[in-house]
Amino acid sequence: MPETHNYDPNTLPDLLPLYYKRLFPYGPYYKWMNYGGVPKHYFTNREFSFTLKDDVYIRYQSFSDQQDFEKELQKKCPYKIDIGAVYSHRPKDHKTVKSSAFIAQEKELVFDIDMTDYDDVRFCCSGADICSKCWPLMVIAVKIIDRALRDDFGFEHLLWVYSGRRGIHCWVCDEGARSLSTQGRSAVAEYLQVVKGGENLVRKAVLPEKIHPSIRHSLQIIDKHFLEYAIKKQDLLSYDFVGKLGRDTASRWAILQKRLEEGRNMNLVKGYTEEEVKLQFCYPRLDINVSKGINHLLKSPFCIHPKSGKVCVPMDPKNIDDFDPMEVPTISGLIEELDTSTVPETDTEGRRLKDYKRTSLKPYIEIFESFLKGLESSRKGKMIEQSDVKMEF
Amino acid sequence: MEFGTRSKPRSRVSNQSSVKAPDDKCPHKIQLYSVAPTDTISLQEFEELAVERLKVLKAVETIGITHQKGSAKYCELLEKEIGATKLKDSFLKVNGIQGDEGERRKRDQVSHFILRLAYCRSEDLRRWFLTQELDLFRFRFQQEDKESHAQFLVSNNLKYRPVGKAERESITSQLDGPDHFSNMDGVEFYKVPFTEALDLVRNRKVFLQKGFAFVPQDDLVSILLSVFRTQLSHALTVTSRALPSMEEDGRLLPMLSGLSKRYLGQDYSVRKTNVGAITADMIDMLSKKSFPLCMQNIHLAMKSNHHLRHGSRLQYGLFLKGIGLPLDEALKLFRTEFTKSMDVDTFDKKYSYGIRYNYGKEGKKTDYTPFGCMKIIMNNPPAVGDAHGCPFRHFDTDFLKQRISSSGVSKDGVETIMKYTKGGHCQVACAKYFELVHGISDSSSEVEMFIQHPNQYFENSQKLINGPGKTPTPRGVKIINSSQNSIPSGSSAEVKQEPMDEDLDTDMGLTQEQLDTIDQDTSS
Ligand code: SF4
Ligand SMILES: [Zn+2]
Repeated sequence: MPETHNYDPNTLPDLLPLYYKRLFPYGPYYKWMNYGGVPKHYFTNREFSFTLKDDVYIRYQSFSDQQDFEKELQKKCPYKIDIGAVYSHRPKDHKTVKSSAFIAQEKELVFDIDMTDYDDVRFCCSGADICSKCWPLMVIAVKIIDRALRDDFGFEHLLWVYSGRRGIHCWVCDEGARSLSTQGRSAVAEYLQVVKGGENLVRKAVLPEKIHPSIRHSLQIIDKHFLEYAIKKQDLLSYDFVGKLGRDTASRWAILQKRLEEGRNMNLVKGYTEEEVKLQFCYPRLDINVSKGINHLLKSPFCIHPKSGKVCVPMDPKNIDDFDPMEVPTISGLIEELDTSTVPETDTEGRRLKDYKRTSLKPYIEIFESFLKGLESSRKGKMIEQSDVKMEF
Repeated sequence: MEFGTRSKPRSRVSNQSSVKAPDDKCPHKIQLYSVAPTDTISLQEFEELAVERLKVLKAVETIGITHQKGSAKYCELLEKEIGATKLKDSFLKVNGIQGDEGERRKRDQVSHFILRLAYCRSEDLRRWFLTQELDLFRFRFQQEDKESHAQFLVSNNLKYRPVGKAERESITSQLDGPDHFSNMDGVEFYKVPFTEALDLVRNRKVFLQKGFAFVPQDDLVSILLSVFRTQLSHALTVTSRALPSMEEDGRLLPMLSGLSKRYLGQDYSVRKTNVGAITADMIDMLSKKSFPLCMQNIHLAMKSNHHLRHGSRLQYGLFLKGIGLPLDEALKLFRTEFTKSMDVDTFDKKYSYGIRYNYGKEGKKTDYTPFGCMKIIMNNPPAVGDAHGCPFRHFDTDFLKQRISSSGVSKDGVETIMKYTKGGHCQVACAKYFELVHGISDSSSEVEMFIQHPNQYFENSQKLINGPGKTPTPRGVKIINSSQNSIPSGSSAEVKQEPMDEDLDTDMGLTQEQLDTIDQDTSS
């Protein structure tokens, strides 16, 4: 990937103060973390952790309200912010309570998908790099996990974010997800983990005799991308390993499919070879340990990736095909825009516009705001429901 | 003593025996033990019930490891073992059974609650007890018929009812096609929030829609198990907190602690005598000779990648601690390997914390215990790039074969081991591997033991190699009856003669004889 046009990691210490002063979307962010103030201590008992300059890592930060949070961020200018659990006590007081009483009570159910876990099935780049040839893996991942979380588990409030470099995260924010037990989290994660096995398990996706409906759905999603991605972009069968088997990857794949089909018809081939190949190459690879623990920390949206300078931005799962990681704004780009923006400083009604609305961060904030709207309306719905119940008595 | 959450300590141990069961308290043969017993029992009876239930749970454990749970053979063996205990009338379905049904339920209830007390005191104990109680519950529930199942739901106030016809049809239509779950004709579905069917969800054994799991009636037991698990694990935690208040009764506590110590087998946390005997530069050699496959594998992964992921660092680090590698040597070992791919600074910053943590020097400062096989096999399966886990469970068949034969095991030997692996009997496969690489049995003989703990594997191996006395004596290789008349092979007979835990003399409640019978009942 053409590493971020004009961003120079050495300038980060100079840029961060400006970013935290003028661009970080405190309002919406607090609105999210506060969940409408139900229950009351949700924001104050939430753990944040900061990574400062030179890898200094401080855990158990917590804040009493938005101002406090704002003030600290502007003072410390963290390189990275992680969000942890909501605890029984304020995390910053954790030393004053008995460790057995200091308990992680709730947290969003989170998923972390990292491109490095696909290194054995992508041939364009490896490690921390991503490019337009392997990005479709993340698109497929979003579609598959998003569908399963909504249709199978009934979750509605999913915040998808691009981590700023080579991964994506999903924050499931429904009340039921936030209060899920550790066992519940691990069950959901394992349900979604189809490709598994350590370094020493060669075939990583194995299907039982009967394919679960959820995997059927996943396969349908993969099918929509498979030719384009695996055959054209990754050129999986470019190496002519079985002699003359057709001219290019696409025709080789067609031949393979046909042979498999023939084999199945003649009862020579059992099982789901084709499906397993597809899953092996394309099914989302979850780091399920991140999902399992209530107190596991995960990088917060809207922090800056120190290496790429990119903002960790929300993505809209409905339009995930249009999301282009190369277009995600960098901190240096944004700060330049602040000076050159042609967007007026006030809106049509004369209200002062937030700075971030005058930059290319705007569309991402809008995705975030529409996610917040969803949260709020279901909260209202609940309250009406509850008051209805009360009226009956 | 306080059993449950709310119940006042009403139960008194006295010398008069009078066990009477009010039927409304145990309305069904099988219980979830949500009501604590309130009657008076004698100390002798207290002991007897505890010992008998332990025998049952021991059998549940042993047979569950060597046989497919729920299989005909499993049920047959379990029935036989339980039949040999004094709780047989409570647990087995016997036709035309005579006597007082209330009394039988009572003995089930009381014995459960006694062991609850004995096994609530540490995480390992709780895990063991919980696992065996759940298996026992499953076994018993599956022995009952439909009618009894329905009664069970009603009497425990569990509101699971089958879904209506329309909903049922809409589900089966989604499951239909070439690969629906099974033949759906006439199968009832129970609609429950997915959080109540976690085991089915985890294994993708149930259809999910909008947060609800549609559980086929044959899997109902799985739901009940999860109810039972939740209740029991909560109760165990609560009981453990209430335990200190029991110390007023000086007779009970030592006995309870003796009970639990005796039956979980060895505690493989660091033994003082061991520390210092082993240094970092010995690990390479030891890993070849005396490490179980799981640890060999992590060690190899570390040597070739110069790195280990979290799961491996934890599993391996604690194991090394258990064999007596002191903290500074552990740091040295990891540092030497890791710094081949990173600088010392990065290592110190990112990894030394975790190693110190294992030794209780950081974080919660708990002296963590090395993982047992059950934990390695059941918890936290390795993901792509991980090296931890149990090879007999988590390796690809071909790769496992390759690994085993590269340890010098003959082709026949490999096949024998693979036979156990395929049947899901990892710990038996591991034992066979142990026997073969140590040359103490051949590929055709039946395995006479199973491995419960990687550190047990190590200690047994060291003892075979160095002769007894050099390393602390492990207890924990249990001889199981894979066939009725099998004569214990040299190795297991030898292991069996080992001295008992030093702690035994403090087992005031139970005589040596009683303790021995429990082992023998399930092991000879
Ligand atoms: S059975 Fe236990 S000791 Fe043997 S390889 Fe598996 S986890 Fe390790
Ligand atoms: Zn790429």
